[in-house]
Amino acid sequence: MDGMTAAEDAWEVAGRRFRSRLVVGTGRYKSLEETAAAIEASGAEMVTVAVRRVNLSDPGAPMLQDFVPPDRYTYLPNTAGCHTAKEAVRTLRLAREAGGWNLVKLEVLGPPPFLYPDMPATFEAAEALIKDGFQVMVYCADDPLAAKRLEEMGCVAVMPLGAPIGSGLGLSNPFMLRSIIENARVPVLVDAGIGTASEAAQAMELGCDAVLLNSAIAHAKDPVRMARAMRAGVEAGRHAFLAGRMPRNYAADASSPMAGLIR
Amino acid sequence: MRGAMPGPSPGGPTAALTDAALTITVNGEERALPGPLPLSEFLAGAGLDLRKVAVERNEEIVPRSAYAATLLGPGDSLEIVHFIGGG
Repeated sequence: MDGMTAAEDAWEVAGRRFRSRLVVGTGRYKSLEETAAAIEASGAEMVTVAVRRVNLSDPGAPMLQDFVPPDRYTYLPNTAGCHTAKEAVRTLRLAREAGGWNLVKLEVLGPPPFLYPDMPATFEAAEALIKDGFQVMVYCADDPLAAKRLEEMGCVAVMPLGAPIGSGLGLSNPFMLRSIIENARVPVLVDAGIGTASEAAQAMELGCDAVLLNSAIAHAKDPVRMARAMRAGVEAGRHAFLAGRMPRNYAADASSPMAGLIR
Repeated sequence: MRGAMPGPSPGGPTAALTDAALTITVNGEERALPGPLPLSEFLAGAGLDLRKVAVERNEEIVPRSAYAATLLGPGDSLEIVHFIGGG
């Protein structure tokens, strides 16, 4: 990618501008060192983080901020583990106090084994958070009506799932993702379910603004190398989307000219 | 910062519940305090980097600017959180 194209092809959410279209989670790594190396290799500028109790018996333990500095990466605090709107709102109020950030990732999940977005609880939490001044990027079902409703409520980005969190199944319903993307006036990120680089590329080819993933990198045998692959996949998919794919023909069409053929 | 506290650290594991003037709950565990104590002193005694944590008392956020003026009393429940890796 040449410098000009990269500079021009930024995306924006809540007034912040990003050149990388890959947003990565910081969970599930073997160590904070590996976390830092994989995130660096991914080229991501925005990372999701979780909010949890400090360990009072080891207050001097190394912290995420020491390895993934918030002055270099935009922290996007999440509500992972929250199953009610009340828990989600409480968690993000704490995140705002800890970091001073209003831009947050809302996810309210149903029970295992699918952890599918609980949309009624998500609507309730989104409403409370927006009223409280948060800028909400929201994990949601691949449901065009739900995505539109979240946008109309004032969410700054909608993030439909590709497949259940941590499943690595790829895009289970590309058609619905495409319809959400085509109807949205806010950025759309495909969040969760991506397992490998071609699936990140496929999401970008659908025209989404960015891709959010975590396990696909953290659970690869070589996370740093997979982070590089994801970066390349996202860039390739974005270029392919902008370039516009050729139409599908259900018959062959020779690439070499017929004129000048020897007889 | 530990040296700033007179006597045993209020957040320390050795504080005995029986001798305590009051008990509070911190991240789900009971803690003994010798008496009413400003939140700022409790946090300093616990050895936490205040720039990296957030505190909720009885389900209400305590802004950093209010740590010194917030006096911990009997039955108070604190949640002290920070950022960790997550997806």
